[in-house]
Amino acid sequence: MDQMKFSDYKDIWVFAEQRNGVLANVATELLSEGYRLSREMDSNTKVCAVIVGSDVSGLAKDCFAYGADSVILIEHPLLETYTTDAYTKVICDAIGQYKPEIVLYGATYIGRDLAPRIAARLDVGLTADCTHLDVKVASYIRYAQENTTLDTSSLDPADPDTSLLMTRPAFGGNLMATIISRNTRPQMSTVRPGVMSRIDARENASGEVIRIEPALAESDIRTQVLKAVKAAKELVNLSDADIIVSGGRGLHSPEGFRLIKDLADKVGGVVGASRAAVDAGWIDPSHQVGQTGTTVKPQIYIACGISGAIQHLAGMQNSKIIIAVNKDPEAPMMTLADYAIVGDLYKVIPEMIAQW
Amino acid sequence: MKIIVCAKQVPDTTEIRINPETGTLIRDGVPSILNPDDSNALEEALRIKDEYPDTHVTVISMGPPQAKEMLMECMAKGADECILISDRAVGGSDTWATSNAIAAAVRKVGAFDLIFAGRQAIDGDTAQVGPQIAEKLGLPQVTYVKEMELVDCEKAVMVKRALEDGYQEIKVELPCMLTAIKDLNKPRYMSVKGIFKACQPDAPIRTWSAADIEVDLGTVGLKASPTNVYKSFTPKPKDPGVFVEGETPSEQVENLLSELKKKHIV
Ligand SMILES: Cc1cc2nc3c(=O)[nH]c(=O)nc-3n(C[C@H](O)[C@H](O)[C@H](O)COP(=O)(O)OP(=O)(O)OC[C@H]3O[C@@H](n4cnc5c(N)ncnc54)[C@H](O)[C@@H]3O)c2cc1C
Ligand SMILES: Nc1ncnc2c1ncn2[C@@H]1O[C@H](COP(=O)(O)O)[C@@H](O)[C@H]1O
Repeated sequence: MDQMKFSDYKDIWVFAEQRNGVLANVATELLSEGYRLSREMDSNTKVCAVIVGSDVSGLAKDCFAYGADSVILIEHPLLETYTTDAYTKVICDAIGQYKPEIVLYGATYIGRDLAPRIAARLDVGLTADCTHLDVKVASYIRYAQENTTLDTSSLDPADPDTSLLMTRPAFGGNLMATIISRNTRPQMSTVRPGVMSRIDARENASGEVIRIEPALAESDIRTQVLKAVKAAKELVNLSDADIIVSGGRGLHSPEGFRLIKDLADKVGGVVGASRAAVDAGWIDPSHQVGQTGTTVKPQIYIACGISGAIQHLAGMQNSKIIIAVNKDPEAPMMTLADYAIVGDLYKVIPEMIAQW
Repeated sequence: MKIIVCAKQVPDTTEIRINPETGTLIRDGVPSILNPDDSNALEEALRIKDEYPDTHVTVISMGPPQAKEMLMECMAKGADECILISDRAVGGSDTWATSNAIAAAVRKVGAFDLIFAGRQAIDGDTAQVGPQIAEKLGLPQVTYVKEMELVDCEKAVMVKRALEDGYQEIKVELPCMLTAIKDLNKPRYMSVKGIFKACQPDAPIRTWSAADIEVDLGTVGLKASPTNVYKSFTPKPKDPGVFVEGETPSEQVENLLSELKKKHIV
């Protein structure tokens, strides 16, 4: 790798993912996170939203509202639909031209296709699916002391280093690791949707819009997207739900989800599920919570007949209040729960519906 | 047709436990398995071979010597040839370095039509190695493949690529890299004939060193990796909750709700 001149690299970029002209939720989450990080670095570090697409300039306003100081707008008819080749090319070109210090992507089905390809082309490090980011060692120490078992005595809170510390779960959430890319720039990571909190929208915020005319030809794109099909089903919005009522294998049958739905309706919540319930075919996969499902952090998570396998916990353990209903008092979910009710869910849930 | 499958041996994460005193992984006695998504990748290659019998399937893996057991399983399922890249020089590789090594091995294997990887390996869950191999080999890629079909006299593939809320239908010419998700197919079991073949002393399961794959040693291994582990740790256990008291479900729920109201949660 060529010796990079690190002082040439500045600012935090966020890939502001959009589909059909609609900004992904994770884009505004990341802009907010970038805003928070940039203010910890130094007054020269700015947050820049990179919008790629065709006729998407209208999205700049939302990017400014959620933390962007500036916007890089890369528009071209060939960018209307996402393709790995086209997006990789235009973003790599932009990174080469402007040299950002940090680039963040949402860990979506698109972000996780695009970011590794860019990292490989630029020969830089990439950390996948992060759930926490720091640029200041002092902030990292605070985070670690509050949330982890890490011994921080060897870390110096006055350390002036502002390398990006990228924390992520590994081994299904059993272990956490903080990753650093000291020797390459930009530092890049994909960040799990739903974990970074959004700042309050800054009404009327604005900033510089830098337009890039991409050098792009049809021959650059080797995949042909023939059509995009949206699942006919209703979109389940687990990530934004305040209350989630989830059911697992303990329901024993698909009818159990009718009971779960009734409770969810009563409390104004959304229906979630464990993978076991999804794999049994009792409910659509879009309801799945966990490592391979959606990550959620509602005010209240009600787990009914879910044992609490680590992969499920990985997606919901940051819920504010966890209520568990299970026949087995020893189930891991019962240990994690703030309120554990030992009993048959077919007796307990109807009571909850009646009394809530 | 010549197909390459990238497969990794991983610890079975459902079996993983943490040593509460040291906060480290207990690896002893944890079974190693063929990474689930990779078994879907292999299955798709074998299905093509079922349909076009002159297809040759090569499995490439990088890892410690014991990964050979997993390669024997791949052979017992129907792979024609297996290659294990095993060398201290490649140990500790991150995804960038891993893709450099695997891409070098692929070049050594020679011409091919299709290369499969799993979407992600369950130990690290990065989903980066497939796309990074594709980039290093200059190939187009389609990730999250849930259906595929050879078209245009086996010169191209039509795939369905999953998205969070649907899918895209994509056509791409060969050679290309596809990464498999579990919806793609249902992996087969090993066959008796296959097990017999894999157990022969001259079974085509080879181990290649860094020198064999002629990889630049400055691009593999721990030292060359652009990402490094800064710290690792376990999450802090939450404060213990309470078991809700009550003789009957009705009483339990009553107590729960009065507790939630007292704490202004509802
Ligand atoms: C790579 C990988 C990724 C995974 N990702 C996910 C993921 O994203 N999300 C996920 O959920 N899982 C995931 N899993 C699966 C996970 O390991 C568990 O298998 C799954 O979460 C178990 O679901 P469950 O709790 O519903 O079922 P079980 O573990 O079978 O638990 C059922 C529970 O119901 C209780 N019960 C039974 N009857 C009653 C009754 N009448 N009343 C009250 N309680 C009752 C039982 O006591 C038991 O505790 C993943 C696994 C792997 C290997
Ligand atoms: N050491 C390895 N040997 C062979 N294939 C690998 C290796 N690491 C990753 N892969 C392939 O790349 C995919 C994605 O892995 P990962 O990026 O680690 O999640 C896996 O499903 C494998 O197909």
